[in-house]
Amino acid sequence: MSQPVVEIRNLNFAYPDGTEALKNISLSIGPGEAVALVGANGAGKSTLLLHLNGYLRPTSGEILIGGTRLTRETAAAVRRAVGMVFQDPDDQLFMPTVGEDVAFGPLNAGLPPDEIERRVASALERVGKSHLKNRPPYKLSAGEKRAVAIATVLALSPDVLVMDEPSSNLDPRGRRRLIEQLRSFEHTRIIATHDLELVVEVCSRVVVLDGGSVVAEGPATTLLNDEALMLAHGLERPHILRHLHPH
Amino acid sequence: MDELGRQDTPVHRLDARVKTVTTFLFIVFVMSFSRDEVSALTPFFLFPVTLMFLGQIPPRSLFRKILVAAPFAVAVGIFNPLLDQRTVAVFGATPVSGGWFSFASIMLRFVLTVSAALVLVACTGMHRLCEGLERLGVPRVFAVQLLFLYRYLFIIADEGSRMLRSIELRSTGTKKMRFRVYVSLVGHLLLRSMARADRVYRSMLARGFDGQVRVSRPAPLRWADPAFLFGWAAFFVVARTWNLADMLGGLFMKGAS
Repeated sequence: MSQPVVEIRNLNFAYPDGTEALKNISLSIGPGEAVALVGANGAGKSTLLLHLNGYLRPTSGEILIGGTRLTRETAAAVRRAVGMVFQDPDDQLFMPTVGEDVAFGPLNAGLPPDEIERRVASALERVGKSHLKNRPPYKLSAGEKRAVAIATVLALSPDVLVMDEPSSNLDPRGRRRLIEQLRSFEHTRIIATHDLELVVEVCSRVVVLDGGSVVAEGPATTLLNDEALMLAHGLERPHILRHLHPH
Repeated sequence: MDELGRQDTPVHRLDARVKTVTTFLFIVFVMSFSRDEVSALTPFFLFPVTLMFLGQIPPRSLFRKILVAAPFAVAVGIFNPLLDQRTVAVFGATPVSGGWFSFASIMLRFVLTVSAALVLVACTGMHRLCEGLERLGVPRVFAVQLLFLYRYLFIIADEGSRMLRSIELRSTGTKKMRFRVYVSLVGHLLLRSMARADRVYRSMLARGFDGQVRVSRPAPLRWADPAFLFGWAAFFVVARTWNLADMLGGLFMKGAS
């Protein structure tokens, strides 16, 4: 594997009230890799994601993005390299029209107007939502909102895409489209999800979190097929694998 | 109202700043009349009504929005007829007290100013309005604040109504919502909106937000913009100086005799 894009070394994090949310996490993710973070509710998936662009700061340990150590000083640059898609698209879409929302990041990056225009167009095209450009975001359906939220992040051309529950609240067709898109991205992808079937289709590697620690890590099909492991950590063996590997 | 702000009519194409300043002038002029003036106020309806027609704003939706706010104005004015009972005019055999006049005046002003403000939003759109405010020199914090208030109003209202519905579903038999439940509901709503604010801020940070909302295309002023402003300002001055309604009435009387 070439130099890792995301490297986490001995990361510990406790919330101000003393709750230990992450315990001694170390991970290394290479360029173009798609990694799933799975685990029961409260396992620490979202907390870990919030560390990846410096929104939360580790109590101890360090994070390197593209070789740069994440600190208060480097946070702005790192945020441009790490695109985050949050769980609730309503939190992410706050401008009056879809187009302006997608332009928000590039505008903040100080890009020239024609370059912004180009990026908005290509990001919306990438998620197949060019026709929504002039619509107000709060009028969109859940699937459209999710696609646009992804476009707002793509417009910044990040190296890493970080997603929290990307398939939640989507109808089957919307979910199917999302899976196809996720598969087509060449970015390094880190996806926290309960949708294990999506993991099988999109991710090559799985990291299982429980109680704030990494309890297992390895190739997706191997780990997800381990029924005992899955059940022990509040998960289950995805149905799709039963068809792929009949016993 | 904001939806209507997307239309493309001559009024919508006017600069947001010009419309804001004109509406502000309008409100100042309407408010400057003495407290029991009624007839001289009526010509001022020309402003919101003209904009409504040129801006193709459905009168029904406007009327409904005015009604929503009406109780507040009624509450302000309703005691005037009781407090001020001296007779100032007699219509037929009915004596009308000064209190009724000032009540009518309050209601008129209310309808005028609220409709003008609503028409302004409907003809401009919230975003362009806030942008215009900022370019007029309103501190950025307020303009951005207003914009976000508007964006998340729907979501908070939605959360509130979902909570209300779940309270209703579980309070079969009792009609009235207990005070304690109400307090808890409001508290929860506050906490939820704070959590949401935190998440929104987080997602803004993730896209490189540094405290400044940037807009992509500031449009230059066109000749119609100052014309709109000065035209209406001149009308306001005339209508403030002379009682146009009385003069018009006088003309009719002369013609009849």
